[in-house]
Amino acid sequence: MNEFLNWLSQPWPWYIAGPMIGLTVPILLLLGNRSFGISSSLRHICAVCVPAKIPFFQYNWKEEAWNLMFVTGILIGGFIAAMFLSNPETIVIAESTQRDLNALGITNFENLLPAEIFSWDNLFTLKGLFFFVIGGFLVGFGTRYAGGCTSGHAIMGISNLQWPSVVATIFFMIGGLVMTHLFLPFIMNLVGF
Amino acid sequence: MLLKENDALAADENAILAAKVKQGETGLSLLKYLFVGIVFGIIFVKGEIISWFRIQEMFRFQSFFMYGVIGSAILVGMVSIQIIKRFSIKTINGQVIKIADKKFNKGQIYGGFIFGLGWAITGACPGPLFAQIGTGFTVVIVSFLSAVAGTWVYGRFADKLPK
Repeated sequence: MNEFLNWLSQPWPWYIAGPMIGLTVPILLLLGNRSFGISSSLRHICAVCVPAKIPFFQYNWKEEAWNLMFVTGILIGGFIAAMFLSNPETIVIAESTQRDLNALGITNFENLLPAEIFSWDNLFTLKGLFFFVIGGFLVGFGTRYAGGCTSGHAIMGISNLQWPSVVATIFFMIGGLVMTHLFLPFIMNLVGF
Repeated sequence: MLLKENDALAADENAILAAKVKQGETGLSLLKYLFVGIVFGIIFVKGEIISWFRIQEMFRFQSFFMYGVIGSAILVGMVSIQIIKRFSIKTINGQVIKIADKKFNKGQIYGGFIFGLGWAITGACPGPLFAQIGTGFTVVIVSFLSAVAGTWVYGRFADKLPK
């Protein structure tokens, strides 16, 4: 049992993680005709908590309750993985990426997320404003405007041969490239790295 | 004129949601999705897909990892859907499997681009936001609330945005 847990605790390679994520598509379809997608959960949360008579949030969200269960599961799964299956070694990051990020001011490469950014101490600073508040807003606004995220469009949509999803995925990539290469150096400088 | 079209679009989207076959799934029968989510969350963490650094590697083209993950996920999804369609496989409750088509609108361009900006800065799409919080990066709760706010603002102004 211990050996099994140790084995599970190693980081899983892409050719294990990727296909397992792909299998979620047929599993959700077979379990209850559900199309894989995650960003809709944010819409359902709005519909449940603050519908404010906005037409976009007037629908029977109870029919979509499965989606809220699914994302709650993701949260619990994250907790279980961190508590019981956490990797004893530090994450291996491409050296070229470490070099590039180091030049931008990041020095701590020990966790899944850079501790220099993702801590409560940064909440009311410019770091918090850009990396949590603005970043989160762009994710929520953009995914709903696009009608889906990496799961709904890139994985579910393209798996189902939907060309609008290919368009969406291309623009996800363009947005990410623009942020990484054009804006991020400027933002890092501005927030005090 | 444009406004009317947008109203029609919003009505369309709501109609799609409403027209979905009523499953009548409540309470305990929803637990299966919780379980799938838990496994999914574990994969997210163990595959290190929720790592801000992995997303940076991807957008800098310095590692094949994320391309391998997304590419192989799409491949498995595609083959699975083809099998389901080819053999008319039904759900465990005997329903015909239906997948709604994605309709093109300019939101996929503008919204996609905006999401991409956020993806690179938070290092997370919506799924990993949940998993990151679960692993103990509790400050991501702020990013999550902000994402909910972003979705709400979209909903509030959906009829005024170019689509």
